[in-house]
Amino acid sequence: MIISIASGKGGTGKTTVAVNIALSLKNVQLIDCDVEEPNDAIFLKPQIEKTESVSLPLPEVDLNKCDYCGICADVCAFKAINVFKPISKEGNVLFLPHLCHNCGACAMYCPKKAISEKQKQIGIIEIGRSGSIEYVCGKLDIGEIKSPQLIREVKKKINKNKTVILDCPPGTSCPMMNAVKGSDFCLLVTEPTPFGLHDLNLAVETVKKMRLKFGVLVNRATDSRIIDDYCEKMNIVLLGSIPFDKEIAKLYSKGDAFLLTKDKYKSFFIELIEKIKVHCAVKL
Amino acid sequence: MKHIVVISGKGGTGKTTITASFCALAEKPVIVDCDVDAADMHLLLHPQIQESNYFSGGKYAVIDQSKCIACGKCREVCRFDAISEDFKSDIFSCEGCELCWRVCPVKAIEMRERISGRWFVSSTKYGPIVHAELGIGEENSGKLVSKIKQMAVDIASKTKANLIIADGPPGTGCPLMASLSGANLAVIVTEPTLSAMHDMKRVAEVASQFNIPSAVIINKWDLNEVNTLEIERLCGELKIAILGRISFNQDASRAVTEGIPLVEYNNDQMKKEICSIWEKTLKFI
Amino acid sequence: MKIAISSMGETLESAVSEKFGRAPYFIIVNTENMEFVSIKNSAESMQGGAGPEAVRQLSAHGVNAVLTGSLGPNAKSAIEAAKIKAVVGLSGTKTVKQAIEEYKTVSK
Repeated sequence: MIISIASGKGGTGKTTVAVNIALSLKNVQLIDCDVEEPNDAIFLKPQIEKTESVSLPLPEVDLNKCDYCGICADVCAFKAINVFKPISKEGNVLFLPHLCHNCGACAMYCPKKAISEKQKQIGIIEIGRSGSIEYVCGKLDIGEIKSPQLIREVKKKINKNKTVILDCPPGTSCPMMNAVKGSDFCLLVTEPTPFGLHDLNLAVETVKKMRLKFGVLVNRATDSRIIDDYCEKMNIVLLGSIPFDKEIAKLYSKGDAFLLTKDKYKSFFIELIEKIKVHCAVKL
Repeated sequence: MKHIVVISGKGGTGKTTITASFCALAEKPVIVDCDVDAADMHLLLHPQIQESNYFSGGKYAVIDQSKCIACGKCREVCRFDAISEDFKSDIFSCEGCELCWRVCPVKAIEMRERISGRWFVSSTKYGPIVHAELGIGEENSGKLVSKIKQMAVDIASKTKANLIIADGPPGTGCPLMASLSGANLAVIVTEPTLSAMHDMKRVAEVASQFNIPSAVIINKWDLNEVNTLEIERLCGELKIAILGRISFNQDASRAVTEGIPLVEYNNDQMKKEICSIWEKTLKFI
Repeated sequence: MKIAISSMGETLESAVSEKFGRAPYFIIVNTENMEFVSIKNSAESMQGGAGPEAVRQLSAHGVNAVLTGSLGPNAKSAIEAAKIKAVVGLSGTKTVKQAIEEYKTVSK
């Protein structure tokens, strides 16, 4: 079973929930898909056994073969490749890597075979373990923007024989969607504030559009019923809540998973997973 | 014209609440909400929409099943796994490269314009704001950020405003880079947790790649004093200025619940801390 | 020498456009005889990559130098790649003619 942990708003407690669920279960694989800001390792302190490089093909133009015909620029939908051919002067080709989507059109259509594709690293995948937890994490190189592509590569490491927990990036756009795509259940973590509610609603719309099964977990719960009322009105499964507790915040700040010191939560997370399993068994 | 962008790397450190307070303290700023994925500034600033526009972020492929001869050429060239075995295109995966449309021998593929969001020019009691709403499940948020920032610059030069204040997105990817470009100062809001500290370092590195100076605010500093000292030491090492500390305060979430910037909530300590940070920020630009 | 000025209109009396990639027109002036042509900037309403597209048009016209308000990062790379000289900092309060006269005096 693959469970993705997501939220519209950042900082609601995705990582905390993902790590604590992983610690409560047996035979589990935790995948940190928040490749722009991966944090699971801070809490799990895994032993890294293997590091793999992830790269994407970028075009390289051989100006000795190029006759500045401009076909590559015509077929590039992203304006990443530009050909300048002044009258009676030497031409030039400008490639803007940040606009390139690595689709390969320019290389494929170049009549002079002047364009070849070279691999360029965008990030790495770390594979290791923390106790019995199998740990996988994607890390985007600083200055790179192609997190969805890296997330797709990270997810190829999914081990279907285990319970897979995907710690997803915040937001509701391409990185988040690539991370939650294909999961059996998406757990949306939120907090009982207007920000939390507003962004939860965006995340709910997104997972609904993707036809995923999902439920809500309230973190830092207070006496506010703002999320409860929303879930009731929208007919959304509310799976539980973790009360606001300055002690938990302090443990978090030190990089301690609170489960390790607060044993009473172990049963909370085990029950949470049981509830999720029941929901997954129900046909949509 | 000066341009401040408030960022954090990690989400939930207090970017939006602090940005909104800056907007309340600044003299006639032009405001931009660059967190188009999960725009929240409007919950504190209550904008009146003056102008609303659609944003189109590229195209997506649609396959006409009645024309398709299932030759498989499109699947062969697509690098985004956006065409299924039964030749249906997946709008979420399609990046709009048009390669399938080019290679299709029977012209069964059509490239359609993607309406990926809306953007607004609105008024608030603190100044004009440009904000946006990314369509559900849409991509290209970086482009949308660039678009609304361009609008903010246009408005600022038309109205002779001196300051643009931007609420940035979390992360270090495409929308963040779009938010940073052209800024004079990146204000990084962090908190004394190992996660936030880790993310602060990454985001400061991105800013320095853009040659943009950063300055740090330590929010909820008293949550972990040891870590706060560590942040201050680290900033010294990285030559990043510290703008100040803000104490952990339950009134912060009460202010959010009431929908007002922190500085307008009746809590003198919070006000004092933020005002002193704002004065220091102004000295940097 | 051929100079292109980003412009709001089609004549020498038009105001300068401070934007480059999204300028409505370019006025291309031959500084030897002050003859000029105006071209409509096809990049004006483009979603992205307007800067490089504008440079491509100017390059095809054999332009040697560009006068404009400011250049975005992509336009800047494109100008360099096309080996065109760029002078930025023009204000929209000037006309195209004034901008050329000033450029001619400065570059003498």
